[in-house]
Amino acid sequence: MITVEHYLWLSAITFMIGVIGVVARRNAIVVFMSIELMLNSVNLSLVVFSAYLGDITGQLLVFFVMTVAAAEAAVGLAIIIALFRKKQTVNIDEINILKW
Amino acid sequence: MTLESILFYGLAAMSVVSAILMITRRNPVTSVLFLIMNFFALAGLYLTLQAQFIAVIQIFVYAGAIMVLFLFVIMLLNLGDDQKLTEVISYKKIVGAALAVGVLLELIYIIGLAPSGLPAGNLDRGAAIGTVEVLGTKLFTQYLFPFEITSILLLVAIVGAVLLAKKKLDD
Repeated sequence: MITVEHYLWLSAITFMIGVIGVVARRNAIVVFMSIELMLNSVNLSLVVFSAYLGDITGQLLVFFVMTVAAAEAAVGLAIIIALFRKKQTVNIDEINILKW
Repeated sequence: MTLESILFYGLAAMSVVSAILMITRRNPVTSVLFLIMNFFALAGLYLTLQAQFIAVIQIFVYAGAIMVLFLFVIMLLNLGDDQKLTEVISYKKIVGAALAVGVLLELIYIIGLAPSGLPAGNLDRGAAIGTVEVLGTKLFTQYLFPFEITSILLLVAIVGAVLLAKKKLDD
């Protein structure tokens, strides 16, 4: 019998893997992909609660989260392209002009 | 072993394994492919939760559009392989891993140990909703304003992305 807790465990574990990916990787594109992984784990939580409560609002919020994630991915990748043109690298350790 | 359990554990294992492989690969293209595999596993999980529309939208938008955009950018920038993760063990990584473990322990407490009011029962209520009709009815009546605002958001994102990635024409 699969209960809500099973799905929540999976959501938590996937979220943690995303957090570790954001912190431990230095390639900006892989950091971005880890952020998408975190967003997807939250989407899974929302859909799980929507299914077990019988309310469609959770899936509606997932719809909007996907839209915002798509817009954010487009703009973020444009920023990475503009950054690459300047510094020829996507290594986030080397993008430190604002460091004091 | 019901079909429900087999599907859940199989798809969950596929999701976790592909996520771990995604963050540990050196080649960014391989990372993108593992993330696509994770998205397909998530779409399968949405189907086990009777959320048909969200499952299909997940494959269309995430696996079919966003990941293709990532691949375009990786190939446009012509990125090579990264360094091995174990070559650079800085204190930042250790602190980051410790923080992640801390948050995971918090989540373990919330989900597992604390007295909770999580919904019990089965998916009978969920099976009645989750179709396109119910979602469309709610989206275009009660949540019409956010729907229109997301169209403005997408316009802003398009203009911003085009402007940021444009080659500057210096005189």
